[in-house]
Amino acid sequence: MTRRYLPPALVFVTILVVWEVGVNAAGIQGFLLPPPSRIIASVQSEWAVIWPAGLFTLREALGGLLGGTALAVLAGFAVARWSLIRAGALPFAIAAGSAPIIALAPITNQWFGITNPVAKMSVVGVMVFFPVMINLVRGLTDVGAGKLELMHSYAAPDRATLLKVRLPNALPYLLSALRVAVALCLIGAIVTEYFGGSRAALGVYISQQASLTRMAEAWAGIVVVMLFGGALQLLIVLAERILLPWHPSRRAASG
Amino acid sequence: MTTVVTIKGVDKVFPSRKGADTVALRGIDIEVASGEFVSLLGPSGCGKSTLLRIIGDLLPPTSGQVVVNGKTPAEARRDRDYGMVFQQATLLDWRRVLANIELPLEVAGQAPAERERRAREMLDLVELNEFADHFPWQLSGGMQQRVAIARALTLQPELLLMDEPFGALDEMTRERMQMELMRIWQQTANTVIFVTHSIPEAVFLSTRVVVMSPRPGRIVGVVEIDLPQPRQFETREEPRFFEKLVDVREMLRGAEE
Repeated sequence: MTRRYLPPALVFVTILVVWEVGVNAAGIQGFLLPPPSRIIASVQSEWAVIWPAGLFTLREALGGLLGGTALAVLAGFAVARWSLIRAGALPFAIAAGSAPIIALAPITNQWFGITNPVAKMSVVGVMVFFPVMINLVRGLTDVGAGKLELMHSYAAPDRATLLKVRLPNALPYLLSALRVAVALCLIGAIVTEYFGGSRAALGVYISQQASLTRMAEAWAGIVVVMLFGGALQLLIVLAERILLPWHPSRRAASG
Repeated sequence: MTTVVTIKGVDKVFPSRKGADTVALRGIDIEVASGEFVSLLGPSGCGKSTLLRIIGDLLPPTSGQVVVNGKTPAEARRDRDYGMVFQQATLLDWRRVLANIELPLEVAGQAPAERERRAREMLDLVELNEFADHFPWQLSGGMQQRVAIARALTLQPELLLMDEPFGALDEMTRERMQMELMRIWQQTANTVIFVTHSIPEAVFLSTRVVVMSPRPGRIVGVVEIDLPQPRQFETREEPRFFEKLVDVREMLRGAEE
């Protein structure tokens, strides 16, 4: 336990100390880079604003994440099932997935209205759609000829092969896609809010504080986003622990 | 003795785009009787695995006829007359050992209690009871292959098809697995068709060795291995064993000339 958690904790504390001491020693102005102690103080003083704002933004992020993932799962099954669709759709999806989808933000803000959460959710949804869909298709199709021949030799119907081989095989792919997706969903929601949004939103708060050079407050908003990001990652790690006790990534821990 | 497999005039050609088709098998005739242990022996490229895959309905023959238990291979497969073991154990990584052995029973729609009873019986047969709750990666290569054999036998198939099942194992493990397989074969009285490129392995295990040669894959001869049953560890040290090794080796060399 100590060996695993001590080194990163030490690095984290060291960074904070160097930051704090460095900012003070070099006389860096607070509006350029506030020291961690000032940021923590702002988190406390602004909590009543940034916490509800954070929850507002989190709702947009999660709404987009759920919608995008649901559509990606549906599309993924269709693409994996019909090789004709796969040949046509997969190269397109890979290309679209590497495009900067966040660039759509000003457009969806116009389409749905700048204060409408759907404007943010749709950007998030498109952002998470591609990695989830592509990984799911890989998981459903990269099964290995041997396992498929085995099921064939049992005269297994397609449904049995899907349930007993393809789906369990796809699960680790899906979870690693979700790791990426939970990071993307916060980026999508926050950055789309930078282009304008409800006054109750955290992205709007951060960009306003920054433009007023209230940097400690802007950083306090960022701290809240990072807390959410960390919590979502932890949830996925937990899901992996529970769902994938057999996976190679767990072997070092238990073997 | 009843005939389990009849192969008549089977050819297999893999077409290539450039027109230089590969003739993998030409004019194959074999009959395998119930309870026999027949090895298909030859160098790589002689089509022995292709022939096994044709018998198991994983590949269609280009021409010729294959009859398994009086049926076409496709019908035999649908009736689950086959148990198959490949060079790789191909266990499902996410299933524990017992659940892996239950897989064919699940596909066949058997009740959970019956499945577990039968799977435990098979685990007994391959002597891996203590490992029922292990994941495949926690087992050695030899143990994984024993699980694969147990899985292939759960549905009590008439015919066991084995494609170089010990090819990925080290020599010591391999000899132990051969003993193990002999013991299992004595107990289950299955008909076995076994692909290998190891001469001692083929001679030790088989009642008959079918010797094949490449380009195009064809049968050069059959050696009856009338060594006493059951085969023992000492079988490998008997003069008759060496005589059979020489017979098979001569036949293989004759094919090359």
